[in-house]
Amino acid sequence: MATTTTTPAESHLTREEVARLAKPKKSPRARIGMIASYVGMGLIVLYCIIPFYWMIVSSLRQPTEGRSTEFLPNPPSIENFQGVFSGTNNFGRSLINSLIISGTTTVLTLLFGIVAAYALARLQFRGKAFVLWLIMACSMFPLIILIPPLLKMFSSSPPFEWFPYWINTYQAVIVPGLSFGLPLAVWNLTAFFKQLPVELEQAAMVDGCTPGVAFRKVILPLAAPGVFTTAIIVFIGAWNEYLVALTFLQAPERQTATVAISKFTGTTGFDTPYGTIMAAGVIVTVPLLIAVLIFQRRIVAGLTAGGVK
Amino acid sequence: MTFVRPARRGVLAAATLTALLAAAACGGGGSSTPAASSAPAADLSKQGPTEYWAGKDTSGNLKNLIAEFNAQHPEGKITFHELPDNADLQRQQMIQNTQIKNPQMGVLSMDVVWTAEFAANQVVEAMPADQFPTEGFLPATVESGTYFNKLYGYPTSSDGGLLYYRKDLLDKAGLKPPTTWDEMKQACKTIQADSGNDKLECFAGQYQKYEGLTVNFAEAVDSAGGTIMGDDGKPAVNSPEAAKGLSFLVDSFKDGTIPKGAITWQEEQGRQAFQDGNLIFHRNWPYVYALASKTDGSSKIAGKFAVAPLPGLTGLGVSSLGGHNMAIAKNAENKGTAADFVKFMASEKVMKSNVIATSAAPTLTSLYSDADVTKKYPYMPILLKSIETAKPRPKAVKYGDVTLAIQDAAYGALQGQTAPDAALASLQTKLGTLTQ
Amino acid sequence: MATATAVGKSSTVAGDGHKHKKNALSDGQGRLAWMLLAPTLLVIIVVAGIPVLLSIRESFFQTNSGVDPNTGLVAGGESFVGLKNFTDIFAGANQVEGSYGTMDRFWNAFLNTTLFTVVCVLLETVLGVAMALIMSKAFKGRGVVRAGILVPWAIPTIVSALMWKLIFDEAGVMNRILHQQILWLADTGASFWAIVIADVWKTAPFIGLLTLAGLQTIPAECYEAAKVDGATAWQQFTRITLPMVRPTLVVAVLFRTLDTLRMFDLPYGMIGPGKYRVETLSIFAYQEATQNRYGPAAAYAIILFIYVLLVAFVFVKVLGADVIGDSAPPKKKKKKGAGDDDAKTSAVPSLEMMGGAH
Repeated sequence: MATTTTTPAESHLTREEVARLAKPKKSPRARIGMIASYVGMGLIVLYCIIPFYWMIVSSLRQPTEGRSTEFLPNPPSIENFQGVFSGTNNFGRSLINSLIISGTTTVLTLLFGIVAAYALARLQFRGKAFVLWLIMACSMFPLIILIPPLLKMFSSSPPFEWFPYWINTYQAVIVPGLSFGLPLAVWNLTAFFKQLPVELEQAAMVDGCTPGVAFRKVILPLAAPGVFTTAIIVFIGAWNEYLVALTFLQAPERQTATVAISKFTGTTGFDTPYGTIMAAGVIVTVPLLIAVLIFQRRIVAGLTAGGVK
Repeated sequence: MTFVRPARRGVLAAATLTALLAAAACGGGGSSTPAASSAPAADLSKQGPTEYWAGKDTSGNLKNLIAEFNAQHPEGKITFHELPDNADLQRQQMIQNTQIKNPQMGVLSMDVVWTAEFAANQVVEAMPADQFPTEGFLPATVESGTYFNKLYGYPTSSDGGLLYYRKDLLDKAGLKPPTTWDEMKQACKTIQADSGNDKLECFAGQYQKYEGLTVNFAEAVDSAGGTIMGDDGKPAVNSPEAAKGLSFLVDSFKDGTIPKGAITWQEEQGRQAFQDGNLIFHRNWPYVYALASKTDGSSKIAGKFAVAPLPGLTGLGVSSLGGHNMAIAKNAENKGTAADFVKFMASEKVMKSNVIATSAAPTLTSLYSDADVTKKYPYMPILLKSIETAKPRPKAVKYGDVTLAIQDAAYGALQGQTAPDAALASLQTKLGTLTQ
Repeated sequence: MATATAVGKSSTVAGDGHKHKKNALSDGQGRLAWMLLAPTLLVIIVVAGIPVLLSIRESFFQTNSGVDPNTGLVAGGESFVGLKNFTDIFAGANQVEGSYGTMDRFWNAFLNTTLFTVVCVLLETVLGVAMALIMSKAFKGRGVVRAGILVPWAIPTIVSALMWKLIFDEAGVMNRILHQQILWLADTGASFWAIVIADVWKTAPFIGLLTLAGLQTIPAECYEAAKVDGATAWQQFTRITLPMVRPTLVVAVLFRTLDTLRMFDLPYGMIGPGKYRVETLSIFAYQEATQNRYGPAAAYAIILFIYVLLVAFVFVKVLGADVIGDSAPPKKKKKKGAGDDDAKTSAVPSLEMMGGAH
């Protein structure tokens, strides 16, 4: 049944038709299962989307009606979205900063993570378990406690005079971002690589590939779902990071989108601008979803590429 | 081979670190430097670029004011450093940047409750009286920036609580705004008895567990003749007067004077209820006035409400003092520019433009009778009364602990978990240990 | 068939590190391995290593907070206090009233953290696996569904905390739908559940996504074979799906557990600080640090660290995330009906089978 792995995502219809033809008579049981899974899918999507719907509705109200509980904005208004981009917020610039930071963090995390995971999954060396635990230990200390010492370090304050001054630089956020992303990336990718049979590489090596090429050409495509999933998760994590960015990026032209959102206020400081914050939330979430939709083709494509090999 | 270099640097770093840990561990033990107990007066002369740290410039007016200052003051320019909306995060950024001795942090917008902590921990510089005269300022606001008889924050904006009431309903019932809690409850009964008004709630302030609860608790205690901290700085909250104040809130929750849901209300929830026409009386800050007067449909009571001073147990009540003062950061490099900017912002002309643009309550007495100001904010005379008689929240170096202790006690009592007397007794003990 | 005749796993071929100690080949691999690991380790030393060491030092000190009676100034500096920051946890000086009665604030936070983790991770796992299973089914528009499921995970927490705050408001839409007046945002038992709902909503997609990626590496042949053998859907799930996604699932659940044990921003942003029914250890440590008590804060953080480490260790031992080391040697060949515990030995598609795809 090569079709399962070779059919591109777009042509499900034909595949389903094929499947239907292959099994002309569906048992009622299978049909119930089918309906149940559609219902389940519907429920899960609803569960995920409904609170988001509330966010969208709240963003489309008039700015003064932020706390309304009407199910539809009445009257609808895009004033909140205009408010997000109003002059003093510097929001466009913040989006670009977020993009630079999360993009770099993701690429570097994957790069470091893949080579590290390869070493852990494929190479023989002593202290492997220790390294794995050490890497995971990074995810065990509360982040908020790490920030004061990091601030001292990045600002070259005593006792860190030897450290370069990193305040207001992208690396001050990217490097911590790496350490948040790497544990998951390394563990997850190691699990993925180990799951794939080493014989595949060996076969490639017999064909004359070096271990590196064998890994890149054979294992990486097969592990594509894991790699892209890790990429999405790391990217979202970096995109949504707040406290580190707030602490280390003090100049307004360097601030990230989440920091910009936290600086939204109403006209007096008491009134929370719910509508504007929700609008900003929609603005930072939707591009992510579009990116995921694009990524997904690659996930499926990677899978099939591996499957054919 | 690109990996080798960073790796070696890592080793080097680790070695440096071990050395420094050892050094710190040996040197740090017990012997604290008896720093600055006799610090000389600060040198406020050095000019040069520096930053003003504050929450968002909500009206855009600050940008203009800074441009104006920079034009007049070429020897040292100010840049605005914008902080998050959240006050806790603002405070924390200021403290962290003090610890790393950030020389650019020049002028701080300091919440009145941070004064003691910032002064005692030398986040901010004492301001010499000859350069920063306090004549013309409301005494309560000067007091809010003072610690151990020294001025640390120059008053630039103040705030006081007001009683918003439904003028249309009171007029219809032939009532005047209440001066005591009993009158208020009585007025509610009269109005609620009217047909169609039975769904109206009587009164609410801010009772969610956050700084607003401390404000409302302090107002209740002070308005009943009690006090949280005595003039000697010692806690005095375990008194019959304070108990009467807290009991007013507790009983009001029990008998429905205050709606049950108000236990989760901050400023905005109360404002929403009031402008939806669900509340007869509401304790809030002046900012509500403009929003509740909006005629775009968001407020159902535009033109139907008015403000009065807060009621109390036997007569008019006492507000808690709010607002922000401007302070000079201890580690600022160019304190001369910082000092000049503070003076500029506290000048009558600048403050007036700020008041008109942002509705922040002025600290200069003269502005309360200024024709332009009162024209835009008709509630100014009542606000003046509120601020003149306002009391500051407890001044404490460990204000964060003090306010949490107060909130613990008050919230427990309001939720009916502890009796008011017991809550106050344990609060007294706790405050005693915190202010030793 | 494939599943029935699994030829051990990759690690059997790769062998156990200790066995190859004296092997020249593996020595060379060692150097390469450390080079490949260097960037990761360097980042971790700088960002986590040094700060954690400093925190450990900090945990033996206390900031001097005495006020000079003449100037009102705090002397500053810190004093070595030994283990006092740790032993104070048992002194019970800081009693608060939470869901479990009156107890020390540390233990209250400890219990909250534990309970949050158990409840949230359990619900997230069930929901996440369900999501992954449904998403792995081929149907029209699953790409959109998959993106939809990501929505909760993609919204920044500072926004979604506010969103939930609006929804759970006393006059908010949740109470409007339920026709109740539940005080979610007060400090009540309902607050706990409000956090659980928001957290599960937010992070179930994380598990769903990772599990889905694991599901996608299961060759369809396994199911074909199972179908031929007449396995029911449930049997397919327990005998094929679960064992084969287990490595990924365990990693996903493990990381969710570690994250939930350090939960901070949702309770802090939604319900607020000083709410003892939802206060977690991270929040408590943070609150202490913001009050300039860095020593106790560091001590709590270290205890949390040890707690998390223990949980992770037990987790890996019990559930066998076989990422670690080069786990057990192959057991005797199992038939398809192998028990779940031993399933990992049959969890990897054999070479034969992969070859079959040619």
